[in-house]
Amino acid sequence: MTESSHHEKIKLLTLSEVVDVKGFVGNFDVTIRRHPRFVDMSKCTGCGDCLAKCPAKVASEVDLGLGMRRAIYKPFTNAVPNVPVIDREHCVYFTKGKCRLCEKVCKAGAINYEDKEEINTEKFGAIIVATGFSLFDISKYGEYGGGRYKDVITGLMLERMLDPNGPTGGHLVRPSDGKPVKSVVFIQCVGSRDEVKGMPYCSKICCMYTAKQAILLKDHFPETQSYVFYIDIRATGKNYEEFILRAQREYGVVYLRGRVSKIQDWGDKLVVYGADTLASETVVVDADLVVLANAIIPNEDALRLAQLLNIPYDNYGFYTEAHPKLQPVESITRGIFLAGACTFPKDIPDSVVMGSAAAAKVCSLFAADELTVEPKLAEVDPFKCVGCFNCLEVCPFEAIQRDVFEERSVARVVQTLCQGCGNCASACRSGALDVKGFTDEAIYAQIAAPFEETYEEEEAHAEA
Amino acid sequence: MLRLEAEQIHSLSNKIKELCGEEVSHCIQCGKCSGGCTVAPDMEDMPNRIMRYIQLNMKDKALTSSMVWTCSSCLTCSVRCPEGIDIAKVMNVLRMLCINEGLKPKERQIHLFNRLFIGMIERYGRVYELGLIVKNNLLSLKLLKDIELLPAILRKGKIGFFPHRAKGIGEIKELFKKSRTFIRG
Repeated sequence: MTESSHHEKIKLLTLSEVVDVKGFVGNFDVTIRRHPRFVDMSKCTGCGDCLAKCPAKVASEVDLGLGMRRAIYKPFTNAVPNVPVIDREHCVYFTKGKCRLCEKVCKAGAINYEDKEEINTEKFGAIIVATGFSLFDISKYGEYGGGRYKDVITGLMLERMLDPNGPTGGHLVRPSDGKPVKSVVFIQCVGSRDEVKGMPYCSKICCMYTAKQAILLKDHFPETQSYVFYIDIRATGKNYEEFILRAQREYGVVYLRGRVSKIQDWGDKLVVYGADTLASETVVVDADLVVLANAIIPNEDALRLAQLLNIPYDNYGFYTEAHPKLQPVESITRGIFLAGACTFPKDIPDSVVMGSAAAAKVCSLFAADELTVEPKLAEVDPFKCVGCFNCLEVCPFEAIQRDVFEERSVARVVQTLCQGCGNCASACRSGALDVKGFTDEAIYAQIAAPFEETYEEEEAHAEA
Repeated sequence: MLRLEAEQIHSLSNKIKELCGEEVSHCIQCGKCSGGCTVAPDMEDMPNRIMRYIQLNMKDKALTSSMVWTCSSCLTCSVRCPEGIDIAKVMNVLRMLCINEGLKPKERQIHLFNRLFIGMIERYGRVYELGLIVKNNLLSLKLLKDIELLPAILRKGKIGFFPHRAKGIGEIKELFKKSRTFIRG
């Protein structure tokens, strides 16, 4: 991230969101809303004086409620750019009209309460969508005490606790009473592979990050014992299986094949009730901390963006590729590419592969002076077109535009956008629209051909 | 219901590793041992489940299970195990641990026969068949078991009336002494 912020050909737009996209491959007009930062990026030195003085404390988003941040804050330790932002909803000055402490302590004079949001439209040749994923809400699992028991946390929360710069300074303590942790239970497939409460799909990354965390725990805190309740271990990457075996053999992580049924909070400990189907035995574990591997789900924002960019999505909200096997990084809209977990849960190597592939696709698109398209395109006969624009309504790619022909309003097909689906051809009342090579006449002739032959044969028989 | 204790969870598999060098913790529960086991089809447990009992420190079940005692040590499992665990050897160690811990095996008949058989070897250096049959039938309270075979066996001279002593009986006794000290450690 830091590297890309210094790259001369990369412009990093933080605090910004895409609000509108018009145009087509090579000519996208993207409208970007930049939210106000209230800190002048050109003046701020990143000294952090303002962070220490700010009186408003809010639960930190990145620490998932385990720690606090100020109203003026950097989202996380190595945030790029290394400039704080003021959270308008919690800032004392913005809510009560008094304070301005950060302005007083800032030696660079970078604080600017008058900063306004900006909306700009810029031209782009191609778009890569890499909006990532979100995580399943564990409070839907009442039997695990998700959201109610403080010591029932998610994998990401444990990750924050293990971070030396994190809310607990890298110490493993129970969030409820700060006592040390001796016994940790990991539960896999919380929300994934659960058609009733969550998603039927496998979240793919949990098996591996759980094994990693169990190994880390044993490495950093040798007195801890980890238990992992799993349905299947899905370790299908390079060296993944060996990694799991290492966790089991070298680090003594106990894997129990079964889903946990319930967790009870006994105050000083959590009692985990499950089963080990390999031993056909019900199992009880006294745990200090329970870590849930909650499912990967699409971003909350995914559907809005999908509608904006004309990207189809599946039942869950993951973006659909142009072809699941042969075009995994292209979207159905030409010039828009997909990368990372916005299409489906992915681990780091897979995301890197997909990101690199999407970048290479864009490079090859830009390398040519002319765009080669499939010959299967829709075509309007302007003499027949009556300008009803039914086609414009049904086109999923926004490839139909209004045009003027002999002082009449007619439809026109943008060839770079058209995918040759034929929706417009079947919707056209006047028969002005046809897909090249698939005209109505051609198709009728094809249907008629076999019958004509039979008729001739019949005649031949009759004559004989 | 099994309550897992963090301090003890690995103790049985560690003990077995110490006694015979076999890494039961390496068992991946693939079930190949059970698939080929000659006695498992008639048992309530399977060899892979015994391995699982060891992994979860379920001592009672692992040591007294009828599977452990019925195992005929044919070594099919040991030969086929993809993790190279000598399962038959582990079964032996389990039987040994069961006796040392004073637990009662589910298959008492088999335990009795094993004990009598080994006792004969220790005493005579070879099996004294008639003595073994009589003792086994007496102690298992099945006096007339297989009695219908006796006339034929005697007529054909398959077993003798008196025990034969092996020549190197002194050395055999020495072997027993050594292995006892190993077992009782």
